[in-house]
Amino acid sequence: MSHAEDNAGTRRDFLYYATAGAGAVATGAAVWPLVNQMNPSADVQALSSIFVDVSAVEVGTQLTVKWLGKPVFIRRRTPEEIEAARATALTDLVDVKGENANKPDADAADQNRTLDEAGEWLVMMGVCTHLGCVPLGDGSGDFGGWFCPCHGSHYDTAGRIRKGPAPRNLPVPVAAFENETTIKLG
Amino acid sequence: MGGIPHDHYEPKTGGEQWLHKRLPIVGLLYDTIMIPTPKNLNWMWIWGIILTFCLALQIITGIVLVMHYTPHVDYAFASVEHIMRNVNGGYMIRYMHANGASLFFVAVYLHIFRGLYYGSYKAPREVTWIIGMLIYLMMMGTAFMGYVLPWGQMSFWGATVITGLFGAIPGIGPDIQTWLLGGPAVDNATLNRFFSLHYLLPFIIAGLVAVHIWAFHTTGNNNPTGVEVRRGSKEEAARDTVPFWPYYVIKDLFALAIILLVFFAVIGFMPNYLGHPDNYIEANPLSTPAHIVPEWYFLPFYAILRAFTADVWVVIAAEWLSFGIIDAKFFGVLAMFGAIAVMALAPWLDTSSVRSGRYRPMFKWWFALLCLDFMVLMWVGSMPAEEPYATISLIASAYWFAYFLVILPLLGVIEKPLPQPATIEDDFNAHYGSKAHPAE
Repeated sequence: MSHAEDNAGTRRDFLYYATAGAGAVATGAAVWPLVNQMNPSADVQALSSIFVDVSAVEVGTQLTVKWLGKPVFIRRRTPEEIEAARATALTDLVDVKGENANKPDADAADQNRTLDEAGEWLVMMGVCTHLGCVPLGDGSGDFGGWFCPCHGSHYDTAGRIRKGPAPRNLPVPVAAFENETTIKLG
Repeated sequence: MGGIPHDHYEPKTGGEQWLHKRLPIVGLLYDTIMIPTPKNLNWMWIWGIILTFCLALQIITGIVLVMHYTPHVDYAFASVEHIMRNVNGGYMIRYMHANGASLFFVAVYLHIFRGLYYGSYKAPREVTWIIGMLIYLMMMGTAFMGYVLPWGQMSFWGATVITGLFGAIPGIGPDIQTWLLGGPAVDNATLNRFFSLHYLLPFIIAGLVAVHIWAFHTTGNNNPTGVEVRRGSKEEAARDTVPFWPYYVIKDLFALAIILLVFFAVIGFMPNYLGHPDNYIEANPLSTPAHIVPEWYFLPFYAILRAFTADVWVVIAAEWLSFGIIDAKFFGVLAMFGAIAVMALAPWLDTSSVRSGRYRPMFKWWFALLCLDFMVLMWVGSMPAEEPYATISLIASAYWFAYFLVILPLLGVIEKPLPQPATIEDDFNAHYGSKAHPAE
């Protein structure tokens, strides 16, 4: 057995390491497809854009559409809601980032959250940033915006997290007005 | 295989000897079933057999249900209704499977708390304990994925919330969540993989159960005194033990009969008592039920998950110390898994040299409080996330961690234990008199 030390750094050692290395690479190559098959398949990945007709959405009402398997809230806010959101100081917010895919670096001021300058149209993912439930709308919660029934997160009229376990504001997806009455998502 | 001396299998006939030389399987079964078992075991030692029964029940009813179930988002809910209404006796089989999961968890919690009280986790049974904890984790995974399969509202939203836990991991969390779901949200890909794993995991559990039994057959069973069986000679060991067959098999089967009486009463008269009406509504990705609650057996850990909100000082401290990497959401996830981790570490956190809680006057009270704490957590876990439940769940969560991390280590130092009996035989005779013998 003591011959093993005599052979340190020999051709045989090299063969051991080379074999073990090749074995590790081969094992990894065999395992990776088994892991990767669980990632989204091509049809799921095919990013789709959808067009939403918002002509029937009155002031103070909300439309929920399904996009990429998740609900998107499209709310036409009342003047009171806009005023309440704009009166909120950034220092009162839990998350001061805008979380708006259309304005990546903006802060969470109400002007940076909405689709139009006037602040009437608020479009955002209807997925609670805590654990993914759909918050209840139409003035729910302590801040008159949305309330997640699962674990009690309160969002204000601009969809910003104000109270509860959720860490971030409801994210605004890539969205734009295609024409007067149509919003394009994605 | 056991360390306790006893008579081993002797192949007598020519056929037995022929097989024994080639594959000693009869000897393995004989030694397993005839293992010397402490003769003072009480009724809390029945749960192992009950659990084995539950595993078999779930596998058998599950295999049958799969013959009629379709794992596709468009058909899953309808195929479960098909089982309930059209398949011959299908409603009975499904109710047995659904309530069987509840019986499984009733038994596993009593089994775990038995181990916590009588110190069954202590040396030399740490490996048995760790394997048991792995089985418990796998049971939770299996139960969770099984609950998704009927594709009701609770199925869908439970899956959304629980996979969301993995999304809370800093940095790679969202990628892991997408990988688990197979898409941006819970959908057909999720249902299919959960079905595959729900079918696989019980067989892995069965393998782990075999290792669990192997481990405690190597060390010998614990018993209510925590005193070890004497191993000096076969005669000495025989004075502390009786063979598992027939004594404990008959006792355990008697207990099983009584438990099955209650089980079938539940199935017959209140099969949906432990379920949620929302799960009889088909999954709808656009509408969350007003009040999402997991099944009762997850409630204590669900309560711990929800307890740590951003305004709790430990959460604020953790966020500050980790430079914002650990936020309230991730802290809740860590706390939930940590609650099980500290339980798994009990063998190394408990510093007392006395095994059984019967001889630990202070431990008894803290343990009783832990049992109460578990029930309180279960209760607040079922309540909405608002006051006063938020504060209660925070206090109850704190006690859970304090029990394992502070009380168990300290008690071993400050507690003065009561005298223990010298042998199991002494304890047995003190209860039943030295004339009492197992029926011949």
